[in-house]
Amino acid sequence: MTPLAAVLFRDMRIAVRVGGGALMGVLFFLVVVTLVPFAVGPDLALLKRIGPAILWLAALLASLLALDRLFAVDHEDGSLDLILMSRAPLELVVAAKGIAHWLTTGLPLIIAAPLIGLFLNLDASAEAALVVTLFVGTPALTFIGLIGAAIAVALRRGGLLVAVIVLPLTVPVLIFGVAAANAAAVGPVPFGTPFTILCALTLASLVVGPFAAAAALRQEIE
Amino acid sequence: MRLTAVGLCCHRGGRDVFTDVNFALSSGELLVVTGRNGVGKSSLLRTIVGLVRAASGRLVLDGANSELTIAEQAHYLGHQDALKASLSVLENLRFWAEFLGAVRTDVRPALDAVGLEELADLPAAYLSAGQRRRLSIARLVAVKRPLWLLDEPTSTLDAAALECLAGLMQAHMTEGGLIVAATHTDIGLSATHELRLDRAVAHPIASATVRDGGAL
Repeated sequence: MTPLAAVLFRDMRIAVRVGGGALMGVLFFLVVVTLVPFAVGPDLALLKRIGPAILWLAALLASLLALDRLFAVDHEDGSLDLILMSRAPLELVVAAKGIAHWLTTGLPLIIAAPLIGLFLNLDASAEAALVVTLFVGTPALTFIGLIGAAIAVALRRGGLLVAVIVLPLTVPVLIFGVAAANAAAVGPVPFGTPFTILCALTLASLVVGPFAAAAALRQEIE
Repeated sequence: MRLTAVGLCCHRGGRDVFTDVNFALSSGELLVVTGRNGVGKSSLLRTIVGLVRAASGRLVLDGANSELTIAEQAHYLGHQDALKASLSVLENLRFWAEFLGAVRTDVRPALDAVGLEELADLPAAYLSAGQRRRLSIARLVAVKRPLWLLDEPTSTLDAAALECLAGLMQAHMTEGGLIVAATHTDIGLSATHELRLDRAVAHPIASATVRDGGAL
């Protein structure tokens, strides 16, 4: 197994074991979205209109939930020292950790989204659009979040700091993700325009995220 | 193979941790770094592997693969054990073997070498401090690297484990490996060189002397 595959499988294995964060994100997602109809009231038209926005917002917060500890735990137990010393390029190790985080946090959200969308009176086409936009958009959330997690690596309680750093950077993803999902559900904007921009944001974050996070880790570790 | 440090200085947190450290170490030799707490033993080891940037000075590993950095040819055994509590003993060791690019992926012989073979399937969370230490030492056995940097390798180890560690270090040196160990206690091996880091209380700048150096 290559070093990068080893990191990917190790992180996924840790996430699904006791104390790992894999199911925390999807549980948080379910709880938040379930509470919305109780807060808003049984206005089906209103729920249908705000549904995609609520689901996206919950997905954004759920993605960040397990992210703040992503590098901090490796820093505390000394693994990060060995990772920094290794032959594997740090950028790719960071990307492998990001992929593992997305597979254990982002992917369960996407699988749960159609079910939970029923609570918000979404119809089939709106749900399909939502799943597609989440599938394209959540990797961007993880990879932007990597930067915040790397900056907060040496802080004991960096969770809030990560949120403060990362949330403003995720605003464009949120805007275009919700716009695309809404376009398919209620119109009148065509689906393609915001969706294309969402794809572009994700592609850019996949490239920028690992490099920025690796640079932050190198600076921080001294 | 030969590890040489010339005029190595380290500057951290606005003060000089150590200045002008010189040593030379050849294949099959052991350098023991001693000195009081906070004198910069750990910083010296971290400087050698590049985890701390040297303010000045030169570090060269001659006779090794010139395409790799010193860190990539070294094992660093720090204060932390780099173990994940939720993974089993075997999974922890196998991960490091795969990540560090071991030629042989069967890590059980390395577990045998440190006497943890019966605990292979136990989650690392249940290990005692000494067993955790032994598991991180198994990493050095599982992946072959010419240079070992050991920071307080004897801490938390019992007498049997100490003997085992001394045996592993001796075997590594017999195969032509180099070892730099920072320690307070006797590690049960005769050091080829001893580097004593000193800092007089009155002077803010550290000075280092090589005793029984010979190689310089």
